Amino acid sequence: MSAQTPLFETHVALGAKIVDFGGWDMPLSYGSQLEEHHAVRQAAGVFDVSHMLNLDIAGDRAQDFLRHLLANDVAKIAGHPGKALYSCMLRPDGGVIDDLITYFFAPDRWRMVVNAGTADKDTRWIREQAVAYGVTVTPRRDLAMLAVQGPKARETVWAVHPEWKPATQDLKPFTGALVDENTLVARTGYTGEDGFEIVLPAVAVKAFWDALLAAGVHPCGLGARDTLRLEAGMNLYGNDMDETVHPLESGLAWTVSLKDAERHFIGREALESAPASRELVGLKLLERGIMRGHMKVRTAQGEGQVTSGTMAPTIGVSIGLARVPVGSTPGDGAEIEIRGKWVPAQIVRPPFVRNGKVLVSAPGNPASGAPTLHTGH
Amino acid sequence: MSIPNDRKYTTSHEWVKADGDCFLVGITDDAQDQLGDLVFVGDVQIGAKVAAGDNAAVVESVKAASDIYAPVAGEILAFNEALNDQPGLINEAAYDHWIFKIRADNPADVDGLLDAAAYEAQA
Repeated sequence: MSAQTPLFETHVALGAKIVDFGGWDMPLSYGSQLEEHHAVRQAAGVFDVSHMLNLDIAGDRAQDFLRHLLANDVAKIAGHPGKALYSCMLRPDGGVIDDLITYFFAPDRWRMVVNAGTADKDTRWIREQAVAYGVTVTPRRDLAMLAVQGPKARETVWAVHPEWKPATQDLKPFTGALVDENTLVARTGYTGEDGFEIVLPAVAVKAFWDALLAAGVHPCGLGARDTLRLEAGMNLYGNDMDETVHPLESGLAWTVSLKDAERHFIGREALESAPASRELVGLKLLERGIMRGHMKVRTAQGEGQVTSGTMAPTIGVSIGLARVPVGSTPGDGAEIEIRGKWVPAQIVRPPFVRNGKVLVSAPGNPASGAPTLHTGH
Repeated sequence: MSIPNDRKYTTSHEWVKADGDCFLVGITDDAQDQLGDLVFVGDVQIGAKVAAGDNAAVVESVKAASDIYAPVAGEILAFNEALNDQPGLINEAAYDHWIFKIRADNPADVDGLLDAAAYEAQA
């Protein structure tokens, strides 16, 4: 039996195609996935991400606890209310249990937002580790969460909720503000565009969703969310990393803080004793066809595997992420096995698209960013 | 959408329409709706001899790839090149845009496929 967000009936009424995602019945798209993608790049789209779990972390030793639990160092955000930090949570052997965002509210009050498919195992793991620190871990299924993304996202949110504007108009990227006790507005997202992610009481989410749609925001499903995040060069847990790989082999070295030699976070020893033999790179296909996860990749250094691949709607070419032997350089050639044929590709540095701009040109296609694909419908 | 009566259908959601002494093959509107926005149509091997049920083309939506099968035994004669640049044509009008052309070894094989009413009933 799948779980459903407070907006499930709303999605169905909008004609959404519903799919299972991490044990949740979620909208894949409401019609054309490509139109949803372009809406976010060009204007504004809204995603129901209420399947993700908010966890309140409370206690006098919360900061010590989080510095032990997470590979990134929450000391970077301590003392800055609303500031967010992206981090991996590792097993002792360095495998990635989940990637998540942590917010600082007060020295004894923090918030974590974790993935839906890993929420139960995360909660168990975090609680086990929390015992020694006397920290409480409270899942907040009373909250819902929307991501409003795109160049017009913020202004539309303010048009719908003008009372939020004073507290949120000067927010820097990766910072949030509690506009009331249970409503967090954060300048974060998973699309490569500006926008907000808003956590609010589940009872209030339907009215907010309806108001956003009435204001012209395009409802967007998980399909567009996946093509947008991949164009933005962002990892998806379960595809690009999981418990069998460590963050240094997943393009996430920038999220692992080794600076404080005294900070013995879980997984540190494993990372320091086993140098990465593989790395996650971006790929752009040089001919027609579409890369998909699990396809084989050949580079000058050896064989690897595509972890995520798609047609990039903004670029009009197939892009992907792949785990390959270390030593490749952006610009190097590679080959992808697509249905028995080795198709040439190039190693590129993600992101592929940022704030509506194409950073990786399509072959034989000037980097104008103009979608060459027909959107249908 | 009503299912055209001027052609035959397979249980795997291809349509087959006579074109002179050959046949055009596409996918049904129901199939395109299930697949979602198409972003690639191709892998048609012109000149290939195929048996009924063999892979004859590939269509890919943003999310996944699907094989298109030869409805009858024969030789693949052509690919609809317009789909190279505009795979979404199939989303717009699935019955107006064929994917490949086939010369049937035995044209009577096509008579054994589903008519519109039978396809609708099984879909």
